[in-house]
Amino acid sequence: MSNKSWLFVPAIAVLVGCASAAPPPPREAAAPAAPPKTYSRDPYPSTYRAYPGVLTAIVGGTVFDGEGRRIDNGIVILADGVVRAVGGADTPIPDGATRIDARGKWVTPGVIDIHSHLGDYPSPAVEAHQDGNEVTGPVHPDVWAEHSVWPQDPGFTRALMNGGVTSLEILPGSANLFGGRSVVLKNVPARTVQQMKFPGAPYGLKMACGENPKRVYGSRNQMPGSRMGNIALDRATWARAVEYKRRWDKYERDGGEPPARDIGMDTLRGVLAGEILVQNHCYRADEMANVIDMAKEFGYKVAAFHHAVEAYKIADLLRDNHICAAMWADWYGFKMEAYDGIEENIPLVHKAGGCAIVHSDDPNGIQRLYQEAAKAQAAGRRIGIDVPDEVVWTWLSSNPARALGIDARTGSLRPGKMADVVLWNGNPLSVYTRPERVWVDGALMYDANDPRRRPVTDFELGQPGEGDVK
Amino acid sequence: MAIAGGTVALGDGSEPIQGGIVVIRDGRIVAAGRGVAVPAGAQVVDATGKWVTPGIVAGFSRVGLVEVDAVDAANDVSARNSPFSAAIDVAPAINPKAQPIAVNRAGGVTRAIVAPGTAKSIFAGQGAVIDLGADMNPITRARAFQFVEFGEDGTQDAGGSRAAAHVLFRNALREAADLGRRTGVSSSGAARAATANDQRTLPLEDQPDNSLLAAGRTRPQDVLLTRFDAAALVPVLQGRQLLMVHVERASDILQTLALRKEFPNLRLVLVGAAEGWTVAKDIAAAGVPVIASALDDLPNSFEELASTQSNIGRMRAAGVHVSIGMIGDNEARQVRQARQYAGNLVAIARLPGATGLTWGQALETITSAPAEAVGLGGEIGSLRPGRRADVVVWDKDPLENGAAAQLVLIDGVQQPLSNHQTKLRDRYRTLPEGALPKAYDR
Repeated sequence: MSNKSWLFVPAIAVLVGCASAAPPPPREAAAPAAPPKTYSRDPYPSTYRAYPGVLTAIVGGTVFDGEGRRIDNGIVILADGVVRAVGGADTPIPDGATRIDARGKWVTPGVIDIHSHLGDYPSPAVEAHQDGNEVTGPVHPDVWAEHSVWPQDPGFTRALMNGGVTSLEILPGSANLFGGRSVVLKNVPARTVQQMKFPGAPYGLKMACGENPKRVYGSRNQMPGSRMGNIALDRATWARAVEYKRRWDKYERDGGEPPARDIGMDTLRGVLAGEILVQNHCYRADEMANVIDMAKEFGYKVAAFHHAVEAYKIADLLRDNHICAAMWADWYGFKMEAYDGIEENIPLVHKAGGCAIVHSDDPNGIQRLYQEAAKAQAAGRRIGIDVPDEVVWTWLSSNPARALGIDARTGSLRPGKMADVVLWNGNPLSVYTRPERVWVDGALMYDANDPRRRPVTDFELGQPGEGDVK
Repeated sequence: MAIAGGTVALGDGSEPIQGGIVVIRDGRIVAAGRGVAVPAGAQVVDATGKWVTPGIVAGFSRVGLVEVDAVDAANDVSARNSPFSAAIDVAPAINPKAQPIAVNRAGGVTRAIVAPGTAKSIFAGQGAVIDLGADMNPITRARAFQFVEFGEDGTQDAGGSRAAAHVLFRNALREAADLGRRTGVSSSGAARAATANDQRTLPLEDQPDNSLLAAGRTRPQDVLLTRFDAAALVPVLQGRQLLMVHVERASDILQTLALRKEFPNLRLVLVGAAEGWTVAKDIAAAGVPVIASALDDLPNSFEELASTQSNIGRMRAAGVHVSIGMIGDNEARQVRQARQYAGNLVAIARLPGATGLTWGQALETITSAPAEAVGLGGEIGSLRPGRRADVVVWDKDPLENGAAAQLVLIDGVQQPLSNHQTKLRDRYRTLPEGALPKAYDR
């Protein structure tokens, strides 16, 4: 990806003794001492609120629940923003429910894309919009993707209408070893990113292995200029983070003089504490193995390897370490570390007992993740790995939800979970199928039959094709 | 050879035929359809339960020019430091052993329209039509077209504005005309050449009487083009070579069509045309074929604000001859996705407000339509009698997700379907290592 955002020097750097940090507590406080003040873990809180929905019964469709179960002629009840009931034809339909005839159609949990740059590399892809990589240095855990997200990116609406995507993770790019914090969004149009933030979702930390960091910085005669340089700089940074965490843990436990505040180290401390999930861009099998050892060395966990083009070579290792692999169905060869991409990657990871996820990393691909899953399913079948349709859907919903730490809230049609639901006009693993309706938290955000339920971003107003079917 | 019992689609826009028969002799299609007799002594391939189509023709691609995009030494798309532009000819750069050729062949792609990329000029050079066969003779037609970037890419190549791109284009064609006059290659030869198919297939430098390159002829001192580049544009000017123009914006499309007022012999093909649906009547009236991206629906640039997946359907409904290309879309490696894209155009036919294609029309956009756009409809792209026997037998509906090619014929020759990827798959199907490491397992 061509990128010249390094021309613009960032205003943020390491902040020391930030005014927002708490003053030190009195040294000689009487026991029991008031707990030392600490910094906010959530200074840019979500202001997302579910849009109004109505009590809805989706009746007669084929239901994939997102956890691997299938119900024929099923009934799904949405009420108060959540899934109230899922079952067969005998499921009671509450009085007053809006009935939707889903005969001949399919009902699934919304698609979750764990790897998107919508908003931080938005359309139009002009240079002024290239906000996904803080390419001024390889270690930038201090930057947060949400501060780059442009809510008016038309790509969000396409992902909703054509892709049935209801939640997605926006990541910083992969120029840096430590790319910064990612953010999980509900896919609703909004004026501010705060209005899109998935309430209560943990943050992620984007990390990157391989070609990108060493190319970007090596070409400037800067570290890292090699894969060993990547790991060396990673380790030096984690070693600092361990020390930072020790000082802050001690302060928060015992009080005393507060340690100097470091915004980037806050993020790494959050990772070491298990509050922030590592989302690690990594293609090659051998490099993933190195990262797994590094995570053990410093005491953190990798939630998912992203791209993971060679996951099939170490599917056992990924399974044994409980690390998901977020993959494309058939991308290969665009760069050297993608040379060994194969169409069977996803089914081979699945077959090994691992956690397979279909991801996009692409504003077009995000509109067809269900088709990518179908391609991977077909590739598996050709070598005797027969994954049923309803299990394939776990690659698009419950597995990404798990790797994002939001699986208790969404990712399947379990009663009590968010009513993030798609009604498809056919089997969603067919190329001939499209979303007919999409609900987010029980609110109908898209209806193919109603042009007024078709979002149009600010950017598109007054332009050719405004409000068109895209 | 006869392929019998399958669902046969001819690739000409017609809908598929159940229980059709395809008869092949000497590398050509003899007959295809229902009620075709199997000749005595023919080798019969049973395609019962399967689908049979012409091989996929990649409408705009860079297949064979690239092994790995981001490895400069393995990427021959464009030449940033070359003194040449229009004279560049991709034919000698095609590597029939490149993995993307093998991978896409296994995906049922049998031919590809291959364009060079621009670097320092709006003229990229001359593209070829190739086959994806596993032999060392990939060229179906060398120098099939000249490729030009107008629009935003051309603006960059021309120094910073669309106006500059147009001046550059006009100057180049006038220098070509001047060279033609000085060397006695009259542009009135165009009409003669248009009927002489052999001349169209021959580049000027291969013709024994090519006086354009004669060293003794003097040119004005103020020319911008090298002699070789100017000579390469003479057949474009004369209408003996297609001019393929990449434009997206509606106004750029109309400006491109208008070039024929000044250069009446130009034989244009539009590439891209994201906003084509908004000026579809003009394109149809001009009789200019379009090779378009199928699924562009984002305002990815200011020249694609009106993009929609209905673009191809709407253009076709307006009478435009339209096919699918992979413009700026993994065009060196993933032309196999053209089938999925075509299937999506069938899908949107069911969406209120959208315009899609029928199944037969969708297959046409990735078989005979691109072949016809480059003047090869009589040779490739369909199962009509006399065409080259590029035939694929699929395990299911080839536009459906995950359909696989089970038999691929190119010029009637059965093709190998294994490649780097299938061998990796076989090696890692089971992970536990035996007595020796994986490197011994093949």
